[in-house]
This record gives sequence, C-alpha cells and structure tokens, in this order.
Amino acid sequence: MIVAEKKPIEEIIEEIKDYKKILIAGCNECVTVCEAGGKKEVGVLASALRMYFINNGKKMEIDEVTLERQCDHEYLEEIRNQIGQYDAVVSLACGVGVQFMAEKYRRIPIYPGVNTSFMGVTEERGVWTERCQGCGQCILARTASICPISRCAKRLLNGPCGGSTNGKCEISKDLDCAWQLIIDRLKELNRLDDYEKLLPIKDWSTERAGGPRKVVREDVRL
Amino acid sequence: MRLQYPEAIRIIRVPCTGKVDILHILKSFEKGADGVYIVGCLEGDCRFDNGNLRARKRVQQAQALLDKIGIGGERVQMYNLSSGEGPLFAEIAAEMTAKIKEMGPNPLKEALKKQAA
Repeated sequence: MIVAEKKPIEEIIEEIKDYKKILIAGCNECVTVCEAGGKKEVGVLASALRMYFINNGKKMEIDEVTLERQCDHEYLEEIRNQIGQYDAVVSLACGVGVQFMAEKYRRIPIYPGVNTSFMGVTEERGVWTERCQGCGQCILARTASICPISRCAKRLLNGPCGGSTNGKCEISKDLDCAWQLIIDRLKELNRLDDYEKLLPIKDWSTERAGGPRKVVREDVRL
Repeated sequence: MRLQYPEAIRIIRVPCTGKVDILHILKSFEKGADGVYIVGCLEGDCRFDNGNLRARKRVQQAQALLDKIGIGGERVQMYNLSSGEGPLFAEIAAEMTAKIKEMGPNPLKEALKKQAA
C-alpha cells in the first residue's frame, strides 16, 4: 500500500484559514489502512478544525466525505455535484489523489492533508516500513524476494557492502542489512549458489531517473 | 455504599473502554462538554487483553489534539480502577470535577455565544 502520515493540524489550518466553506475528502484505500486519511481521520480532522475555528471566532463550515478511491475517475465523479459549493478541499488521499482531484476540478483549490511517504507494509500496529520503490524492473526473483533497491541504503545490486555489521546497516543499528536478509533467506531456501550469480548493471531508465512514467496497455484500452 | 459524587458527571456506559474512540471524545467537546474522563479496568486486567491500553492511547491522541486547537488537553483524562473500588470511583469523580472547575468551562461555549451575539 501507499503509506502516508497525517500533516500537523497547524499546517492545515494555515492553508485553509481564509476560506469559509471547506470539504474534507478521505480515501478508503491505502490511507485508511495506514490510519492517515480514511473516514475516521476525516471525522477527527473535521471535528478538530470546527472546534478550532469556533474557538477563534471564525465562521467556517466544514463538511466530510470519504471516497472509495481518489485515483480513479468514477469515484471522483461522485462529488461533482457538490464540490462547487466549497471554497476549497482538503484531501486526505495520497499525493496521487490530491493531484487527480485537482486535475478534475480545476477551479477549486485542493490541499493535501497528509504527507505521502512510501510504498510499504504494516509491520505491526503503528509501524510501517518501505518495501518497494517502483523501479520498473523487478529483480525480486533473483534476490530471494527481498528488494535491495528499497531496503539497502545504497541500493546495491550485488551486496553487501563493508558497512554491514552483525546483520545491521551502517546508517542505523535499527535497520537490517538488506543483503544480510537476502543471504539468510537464500540459505533457508537452499539456494545459496544463486548468491554467486552477479546481477547485471540495472537499467535505471524505468525508474524515476527516466522522468515521469506511464504504462499504456493497448490490450485493455477502450 | 451510598457514596456521593458530583452531580455534574454524566456516565456513558460502554462494553469496554477499548470501544471509546477519539471521535467520541472530540464530539463530546464539540457538543459542549467541559471535560471527559475514561474509567477503565486496571492495566493488565482487561478481559479483552488491551482494551484499556487502547483507550489510554486514544486519550493521549485526544489530549494532543485538544492542546493544539486551544481547548486544553488536560480536559481529557484516563483513570484505571477495579469494579470493587467504589470509594475510589467517587474520589476520582470529585478530583476530575475540581480539575475542570479550575480550568473553567469549555471555551467553545463562550465563543459560540459571542458569535451568536
């Protein structure tokens, strides 16, 4: 999922303080799971903002909505008839949702309510960690299903480096060395011979380095 | 026991304090409550393992948020006691009431009055 963190409420207040009528729009997908921008967080933010503005003597109308997704036309269309009555929208979706809503509703300012962090997993309740950087050419088949691009600080393809100590990375004693994890898992899978096979130089043009990316599937396009 | 406790307190019963959500706490203030306190079982004694620990987290979340928006995080508190501690329940009720009285009413009420005027 895409992992995000709630923006500090002070930052949101600063952005919207001059408006009179605001819509707070949550998203039912990733940001709900990582407890940053789902229906619950929409309710909490709306309630807190209402109280803040009343307490500061300002009339501010704040409504709530939570869409199934904000990265697809059909769900964003659901608010077409109501969005015109608002001065601005605070979207609690990831950066993708904020932008897609802004592309669709060009005359209404859309503000982000979360900081989009990374693609990752819920390691335990309240702890999310990165697993994928969307490099565009997955090499997990060769690395015992552990990604050195997202989990090695140096993104080494043939590791580990000299900074790996007792299974930890030199940048933090709390961070596992991705290559140690790979080697351990190859051992468990009885595939340690694969470690000797060198990974070729990676084509980074499919990664962000190659500019904004696009996937076109002619076989499913209408 | 016939213990007395301040009449300003309204008890809302929940099956477990783990049911109490930050939204319940915030809505109470939005509706004009001057203070909210959650009374859970003793830590380590939760029938559902961690209901009261979850409640404590939510109280902390609410406190942080209420501080930021100028209502005052101190208006929310978490207490733990067993069902056999009636006198302590009454004591806590008096303590919380005194604390809130000292803090004064929910500032939203005053602000709304001003807005209406």
